[in-house]
Amino acid sequence: MISYIVKRALQSVLVLLAVGFVAFGMFRFIGDPIDNMLGQERTDADIERLREILGLNDPFLVQYWNFLKGALQGDMGVSFRQGRPALDIILDRLPATLELAMVSATFAMVVGIFLGIYTAINRKGPITNFILTTSLIGVSLPTFLIGILLIYLFAVELKWLPSFGRGDVVPVGDWWTTGLLTASGLKSLILPAITLGLYQMTLIMRLVRSEMSEVLRQDYIRFARARGLKERAINFRHAVKNTLIPVITVAGLQIGSIIAFSIITETVFQWPGVGLLFIDSVQFVDIPVMASYLMMISVMFVGINFIVDMAYLAIDPRLRGGKGGN
Amino acid sequence: MELLEINNMVVEFPSRHGVFTAVDDVSLTVAEGEIVGLVGESGAGKSTVGNAVMGLLQSPGHMPSGEIWLHGERIDQLSPSDMRSIRGKRIGMIFQDPMTSLNPIETIEYQLVETIQTHLDVGTSEARRRAVDLLDQVGIPDPANRIKQYPHQFSGGMRQRVVIALALCVEPELIIADEPTTALDVTIQAQILELIKDLCKSRKLGVILVTHDMGVIAETTDRVAVMYRGRLIEMGETDQVINAPQQPYTRSLIAAVPPSNKKINRFPKVAIEESDGNALQNFDLKGHWLGRGDAFDTTVENLLEVRDLQKRFIVKSSILPRNRVYMDAIKGIDFDVRSGETFGLVGESGSGKSTVARVITGIYPDDGGSMRFAGHDLTGASGKDDARAGRQNIQMIFQDPYSSLNGRMKISSIVAEPMIVNKLTDTAEERHQIVTDLLELVGLGKDAAKKYPHEFSGGQRQRISIARALATRPRFLICDEPTSALDVSIQAQILNLLKDLQEQLRLTLLFISHDLPVIRQMCDRVGVMRHGDLVEVADTEALFEYPQHSYTQTLIGQMPKFAK
Repeated sequence: MISYIVKRALQSVLVLLAVGFVAFGMFRFIGDPIDNMLGQERTDADIERLREILGLNDPFLVQYWNFLKGALQGDMGVSFRQGRPALDIILDRLPATLELAMVSATFAMVVGIFLGIYTAINRKGPITNFILTTSLIGVSLPTFLIGILLIYLFAVELKWLPSFGRGDVVPVGDWWTTGLLTASGLKSLILPAITLGLYQMTLIMRLVRSEMSEVLRQDYIRFARARGLKERAINFRHAVKNTLIPVITVAGLQIGSIIAFSIITETVFQWPGVGLLFIDSVQFVDIPVMASYLMMISVMFVGINFIVDMAYLAIDPRLRGGKGGN
Repeated sequence: MELLEINNMVVEFPSRHGVFTAVDDVSLTVAEGEIVGLVGESGAGKSTVGNAVMGLLQSPGHMPSGEIWLHGERIDQLSPSDMRSIRGKRIGMIFQDPMTSLNPIETIEYQLVETIQTHLDVGTSEARRRAVDLLDQVGIPDPANRIKQYPHQFSGGMRQRVVIALALCVEPELIIADEPTTALDVTIQAQILELIKDLCKSRKLGVILVTHDMGVIAETTDRVAVMYRGRLIEMGETDQVINAPQQPYTRSLIAAVPPSNKKINRFPKVAIEESDGNALQNFDLKGHWLGRGDAFDTTVENLLEVRDLQKRFIVKSSILPRNRVYMDAIKGIDFDVRSGETFGLVGESGSGKSTVARVITGIYPDDGGSMRFAGHDLTGASGKDDARAGRQNIQMIFQDPYSSLNGRMKISSIVAEPMIVNKLTDTAEERHQIVTDLLELVGLGKDAAKKYPHEFSGGQRQRISIARALATRPRFLICDEPTSALDVSIQAQILNLLKDLQEQLRLTLLFISHDLPVIRQMCDRVGVMRHGDLVEVADTEALFEYPQHSYTQTLIGQMPKFAK
């Protein structure tokens, strides 16, 4: 079991290195940062001097190596635009994104699993049909459109909720700021969280529904019924736990993509998170910030996957070594 | 008063295409301490009877008429919650596949204690004590420790014992055993049947034993009911039904079971069964593409020579070679397959017999030893091309006709594919003609070419597999349990077809099976495998009449027999 964990951890490191390499390679194609950094009166000499200072004249591999060396020491480079360390800029914005992601992930998981179980147990009926039909909308409408529709309905027409921003925030600890403790912060969170989580919620719901329908057809469920166990016990003790094993993988990956794809939602709602920061950085070709952002995202993805694998071990005894399962 | 009384039971499954009557006017009784067999082929409705008694009919199935009485109490009209308290408490059920009937992620203890506490008002420690006691009674060694384990830590036979313990949890009066030993090896089957018989006697249990296996019926039951297409067509004392069957269907069903005590030439067909197409019309193979093209010398005595063949699988992988743990699937075996004969490999699950087939066909690479096939070296030591040329003459028929055909391909493409891959034909027309002929040859008719696999029954699919295997004009056919997924009447058809094809196409067969009577009927010589070793090779009759090795003796002693 320890070797399993070590193996997984080593694989994670390899994935991170590969992601960093690919990401860094791509930045060479999105434009020249110098264009934005120097004003109209630049001379060729200015450009050349700046290129030399920033290390942009080095070969690609050398740039990547320098970036890795710095990253391992906690130095992700200095933003071309703001002149501050890229890591600081990201950390400033991170709480907003993480709070949004956590709230919408919780929303997606709790509602998705609940509705999935409900529609799997009650396969037919008006409520199930309604849920399934509505969920189609969640899957098929693009995120930005849902965001705009929600803004139109709840912010413009009904005026219940704010249409942009994070509301009032209060500091917690050294660098974390939270909107969860103020009324306006909470109100601002609702629309973006629903927008961001709706797609994942429908995905998880449909996944839970199909997995659970599959599990309910298994022999051990029939056998449990033949032993006279109560429906509640069969559905919630035997079926749900078996259902959740494959669901965990997908749900874990979805949390990663919630953080990664918060870019769109953050743009629509002008949410001051890392997604919005990334969009700004792309426009300015701020390579250190983009690289830090991508590394952060991949660390999260890999970390979540690692946690998912560990959760497997906890739930499924067949993976826990000993006499191997098949 | 009878323990269980079923009167005029009718079970219907409504569907878009009309109402399907799965059980039609069935009446039967079970007394205390009596084992009643319910026998029939797939689709006969025998499992449906069991499910209806349990109140577990799959929706939309329902019972529009008929009565079920348990100890003088009518139970078919009880409310779902009343019925639930009868299930498990007064009627227990045992399912076919012990590998899937236990929840894989809970311990045995959890499942036993849960069941006991559902029905009895006892504390957890009392329930646990009873659970350990039950495991002891069904013959699980060291129950106090093993109860803490998960299902995957038990072998198939042990799991079926756990399943029986679960069914016995609250001392039911009636047990419905639905094919309880079909998924088990013959030695384990004998133990489980013995256990059921003992429990039946000592606890005064009534048992309904649902099975398709006449041997199991003959060995175990007191009375037997024969079902065909939802109807109960014959019922009586087991001895009488087997030795003097009254109905033609029963007679042919019994006749179709390969006898274990003597060799017959052909398998009798089940009389009522619809004609299986115009199987094997007199086909002129001389001059036909299928008969031509003997690419190699047919006069060699041994078509296949296997020497010291080894195969091992990694059980536990590690970067360091010394930390790896291997399982030896084949431990250096020698045998020859002579030209034109049928060589049988028999053994229990895990004995390595299927692995031998896969190594010969190259599905698994070998780990040592040599295989010579008609002058070709199959181990690939003298070049892959040589092995490939040899293997073009080897084809395989797999056990499960449901998963061995690609469901998204038409039959014509499935059968033609080997010819395309091996570039055996020049034109599409020629290929088309050969596919048509092959389908005629295996008794399906040319119309089958346009259909998809799901439109065929299990037996028909196995015919398609055979047609596909014949498409490369092989001289050597490996049949890995070709009939164990099929009903006995279909089995007879397929085995007859194989025999006919062998004769006409001068095929050599390697026939792998766990079913001793089938081996006896099909094979000229037999090798017995156990734990990766070939313990005995002998002519079939000699092996069955005078088994030399003690394991062969046990195996033959355990096989269910019934006199005819």
